Amino acid sequence: MGGSIAAIGMGLAVIGAGIGIGQIGGKAMEAIARQPEAVGDIRANMILTAALVEGAALIAIVMAYLVK
Amino acid sequence: MATFAPLFKKRVEMPIKFNQMRRYILSFIFLLSLSVFAFSQEHSEPQSGGQPTNGEVQHGDPGAIDHQDHGTEAHDAGCGPQEEHEFDPGATAFHHIADQNIYSIGPWNFPLPCFLYAPDHGWSVFSSGKFHADAHGNGHVAVDKYVLVEGMVQRIADPTFPDGEVEVAHHPYFQKVKREDGGEKEIASICYESKLYPAEDRSTADGGLFGGGITSFYDFSLTKNVTSMIFIFALLSWMFLSVAKAYKTRDGMAPKGMQGFIEPIFIFIQDEVAKPFLGHKWEQYLPFLMALFFFILALNLFGQIPFLGGSNVSGNLAVTMVLAIITFLVVNLSGNKHYWEHILWMPGVPAWVKVILTPVELLGVFIKPMTLMLRLFANITAGHMVMVIFVSLIFVFSNNGINVGAGYGTAVGSTLLTLFMMTIELLVAFIQAFVFTILTASYIGAATEEAHH
Repeated sequence: MGGSIAAIGMGLAVIGAGIGIGQIGGKAMEAIARQPEAVGDIRANMILTAALVEGAALIAIVMAYLVK
Repeated sequence: MATFAPLFKKRVEMPIKFNQMRRYILSFIFLLSLSVFAFSQEHSEPQSGGQPTNGEVQHGDPGAIDHQDHGTEAHDAGCGPQEEHEFDPGATAFHHIADQNIYSIGPWNFPLPCFLYAPDHGWSVFSSGKFHADAHGNGHVAVDKYVLVEGMVQRIADPTFPDGEVEVAHHPYFQKVKREDGGEKEIASICYESKLYPAEDRSTADGGLFGGGITSFYDFSLTKNVTSMIFIFALLSWMFLSVAKAYKTRDGMAPKGMQGFIEPIFIFIQDEVAKPFLGHKWEQYLPFLMALFFFILALNLFGQIPFLGGSNVSGNLAVTMVLAIITFLVVNLSGNKHYWEHILWMPGVPAWVKVILTPVELLGVFIKPMTLMLRLFANITAGHMVMVIFVSLIFVFSNNGINVGAGYGTAVGSTLLTLFMMTIELLVAFIQAFVFTILTASYIGAATEEAHH
């Protein structure tokens, strides 16, 4: 059984990003349901925000990989 | 994506017969499972051959630390037996997404030119066909001390090893050694005249972060990734030049052929990315954004095509780093006074906050391109790895080819899982190209924004 504390750190980072991206996606779906005509703008902004959240998680994962 | 919607709708409404569709899907699944079986057979052969000796492996060679067998006929040069080892899906995945010095499509290996430089030997220029590589990418001829190990050129630093073309044992011996920082590193050794010579990886400029460093040679070869990149460059040039010509010759008429394919995507990036983020300067930066988007998209999609080498170009850290550096230069060289003022001495906040804010903002200048680099690299690499790991499930569940029934059973499941992942990866290919472009546009927009207070 291989693995290290770094792996746990990666998992924690992914939990955070998962909650964040889940919130973004859920709220975007709500917004689209309220205003279906704004679907283009909402989707573009959703992807942009999700990418920003993902960036923070990726930095954490890479740090975990390097520091191990 | 709003521009895509009418397009998709039209496609769906077209009278494609359901039977026809089903035939395509079934034949695709059949082809994919065929490849999975071929792969599984190739990997299970050595195990079934080496089965009887499994329990009685000798530990006669005290100098060798932890031998691992990666091939079929390794014992031909008298370097002692190699120990059987468990199948390692992680190592297999890393090996399959790595860059290579040969281009292998199915069972065929296409040689690529090698440009190698060693400070103590000078330049060596030859074709990688000279290595006579087998299906695993292990060459059995050493050329000027260079050997091919799993598709990658490595060099034997030992000065007693002869120059020129030398026949060596078919398969390298793999040994695990402790690194200085405590981690484990696998090195390959080549057997020649009953003696093991350790081989070195090429030099990498990662400062030791990813286990690389300066070794005895530098590799400037035209690798698989470079070949794919040149091919994509030629393809995109041809596509865009023909479309540009069509706009001249067919002025005022409806788009046709390639024009009809490129135009909606082009207009989408122009209207959804360039115009909202860049204000009135959008025309100036449009060529850069388009080049980024189509280059990344084409490379992402090219890597997804099965049976075509599956080159992982946009999942290569060096490639994404160069893209991010270009973005970094464009953003910071076009930054105006307003942009630098907000970084170095943020107006409108108390002086003690400025002292904290300036270092944070300065860090942000470098973190932004770094996240661009990591995001594209991690997403594409993860996509490629997941597919290899799903195929690897066959060997994990079939106990490395011993339990054939379980292997065939898992092959069906892993084919379906791989198919599902490939569908998701098509979406990821579009999203990552889009995200890279939209973030670049937003950084340029922030750097060129005029003051409005």
